[in-house]
Amino acid sequence: MSSVTTPIDELLRGSLDHCVKCTICETQCPVSNVTPLFPGPKYAGPQAERYRVSDEPSVEWSVDYCSGCGICSMSCPQGVKIAEINAQARHKLKVQKGIPLRDRIITRPTWLGRAGTPVAPLANFTLGFRPLRVLGEKTLGVHRNGPAPKFAGRRFSRWARSHAAPATGRKIVYFHGCGTEYYEPWEGQKVVEILEHNGFRVEVPKQDCCGLPLQSSGLFDDARKVVLRLARALAPHVRDDPDTIIVGNATSCTLMLKREAREILDLENDPDLALVAERTYDICELLLELHDRGELKTDFKPVNERVAYHAPCQQQGHYIGKPALELLALIPELEVSEMNARCCGIAGTYGLKAEKYDIAMAVGADLFSQVRDSGADTVACDSETCRWQITHGTGRSSVHPIDFLHRAYGL
Amino acid sequence: MLHYDAVVIGAGTAGLVAGARLAEGGARVCVVAKGVGSTHLAPGTIDVLGYAPDRVASPAAALPEFMTARADHPYALLGPDAVAESLGWLKARVEAGPLPGYRYAGELDRNLLLPSAIGALRPSALVPETMAGGDAALPGRVAVVGSRSLRDFHASLCAGNLRRAGIEARGLEIDIDVERADENALGLARRFDDAGWRAAFAARLAIKLQADERVGLPAMLGARDPHGAWSDLEQRLGRRVFEIPTLPPSVPGMRLFEILRSALRRAGGRLVIGAEVVDVERSGQAIAAVSTRAGGHDVRYAAPWFVLAAGGFASGAIELDSHWVTHERVLGLPLRGLPAPGEPRFVAEYLAEQPMARVGVAVDGELRAEGAENVMVVGAALPGAVPWSEASGEGIALASGSRAAELVLARAGGTPAGAAA
Repeated sequence: MSSVTTPIDELLRGSLDHCVKCTICETQCPVSNVTPLFPGPKYAGPQAERYRVSDEPSVEWSVDYCSGCGICSMSCPQGVKIAEINAQARHKLKVQKGIPLRDRIITRPTWLGRAGTPVAPLANFTLGFRPLRVLGEKTLGVHRNGPAPKFAGRRFSRWARSHAAPATGRKIVYFHGCGTEYYEPWEGQKVVEILEHNGFRVEVPKQDCCGLPLQSSGLFDDARKVVLRLARALAPHVRDDPDTIIVGNATSCTLMLKREAREILDLENDPDLALVAERTYDICELLLELHDRGELKTDFKPVNERVAYHAPCQQQGHYIGKPALELLALIPELEVSEMNARCCGIAGTYGLKAEKYDIAMAVGADLFSQVRDSGADTVACDSETCRWQITHGTGRSSVHPIDFLHRAYGL
Repeated sequence: MLHYDAVVIGAGTAGLVAGARLAEGGARVCVVAKGVGSTHLAPGTIDVLGYAPDRVASPAAALPEFMTARADHPYALLGPDAVAESLGWLKARVEAGPLPGYRYAGELDRNLLLPSAIGALRPSALVPETMAGGDAALPGRVAVVGSRSLRDFHASLCAGNLRRAGIEARGLEIDIDVERADENALGLARRFDDAGWRAAFAARLAIKLQADERVGLPAMLGARDPHGAWSDLEQRLGRRVFEIPTLPPSVPGMRLFEILRSALRRAGGRLVIGAEVVDVERSGQAIAAVSTRAGGHDVRYAAPWFVLAAGGFASGAIELDSHWVTHERVLGLPLRGLPAPGEPRFVAEYLAEQPMARVGVAVDGELRAEGAENVMVVGAALPGAVPWSEASGEGIALASGSRAAELVLARAGGTPAGAAA
């Protein structure tokens, strides 16, 4: 850590003087409400921050238990960047304590995806094989029950390359993220088909991880390299046309591109990232805007089902409300229940970590019981890791909200 | 750009009431707010008029004269009927709300006198049923029960002040293991949601109580099912139990938020939290759209009507800057009630009537902002009131939120002159 104050320090630390200790963030924090190990966003953030000096050791260790969900910053009526302050503090702590091997591995979805995809049956067997998971917990600290996704065995980008895109239509750039690339390629196909149904010509640039897992585990230097590589890959596709936008279905990854990388990783001044941030849309955000303009096709067939909708923390961090709910409401006969729980607990890789798994499950308990009470067979949710956690916690299948749109379009 | 029939700015009581009632009236509504609002900090009671300036026994009786004497006060714009009507609306929404069995008690005819966390008696017209048993008009003795685990609540201090007010009261402490240095009321409220935990707590408390005591506990009797927790505790203890508001976070305030949020959502209204208004697009004498900060790009919300419910000095929506200039920070609207140049803005005694306190957004007789004819102003943004000394904040919020919705709905279809539809 340099002793020179950076602009980001000023931005984040400057906001802490706006804290009036009102405790609203404490009422919203999913983690501190279930475990005494994290004393809460106000205490770990604006209060402890006053004791953190840039070139002195960290005074406060509990911030490692913050899951980085960001709900505190969203709720703060005074605009204090609580989660961002805590992310900085967590980074400092990690640098000081040393970064565990586990955190270097599970924060690299690209490495995992490339290694696992060609040998998917074996990799999936390994991840589901109890003795090996126990061993993984003992040696690496990845909890034996943590919801590990299954490799699809094929990559979305391969499908995209072979897919015959329409010759005409308004150009749109698709950022699919790692979850779609390695684990749920069918989600990406649905995004493309919905966009094409609405008259877009979808471009899928060669792309890689957004760096969010690295950032949330405090590995800032690596996260910067990764997100800037992605920004360099995406920016040329939108630079020349002010009307071209980037759309993504991985809501936490689009949030990383829009806001978190710049605010947390001190990348405010990178022109490629600034351009990408400005042009990036969450898929449901985009579809709702199209609907508002009368440009979304609404030839939806009835879907006679009950679905529970959970807005993940990182989706709410877009500060756009819950557009998925408005979209699902357009589908005839679909009965949608809005879940009113804080968080599913997983927070990316947080709930996979052995020392945090039980906390993550306790955080998710409220959501899981709401899902069970809703009587819905399926849970719609915008983030892949949250979907895996919800399925792990409830036994219900969980899909991206666009799955229902795709079905209702009859695509 | 997203288009609505009305956009409400602010998600405190006034904003949520305006949003819910607009949506119930058939308008497409979006409530945008920088953060979670004042509900989580206030006691959850609906204080209509507590002091004018002497303590008010009956708001219904006092309001007409108060409105005549205080032509600059929000209540003078709203009228007594709007206040009564909005209270009735709230009661119904509480009953239809997400908390099974939970009710509000009280009428405009009589203020209840309820103990605060330090045992001062606060006049309030409409209160959660879980608090009504604290009314000083009720006979009998009071046992105030605290716990060292709950920060900022001291049972013996509360009881001592109640004794000074003529109520026979004593303080009791019950140990609650919270696995940390201390806990806030919300953390304890979650424990009270658990029937087994509650039964054990009641058993430990019962042996300390005397025959004719009713029990005052900090407002923490259940977050998810407060009616269930409170009535179960009354049954187990065989006596009246009541909640005493705590320092923030306020559990009854959070329940009120949930009730209003649910009313808004059930009527189809949207709620966007974390969305600070950062830009305003004007069209002549009207506001055409506002932009909120989101992620990479701002989001624009256009509507023929806007409701400003962002609060006053306390929320930061009205500020006095370092050049001693006062601003309404959200839409840049003109203010009213400013002390004349050269006159004092503040007086030295902190709790005295402060000249700046009545500053608010300048409005006409129908809550419309001066200089922005399609903006309705509600709640703490209105000029002329000093809610903390009048004990009038929630009454103003509720009645003005309701009235603004009514006025907008009455004009619906018609677009104000000058506004680009």
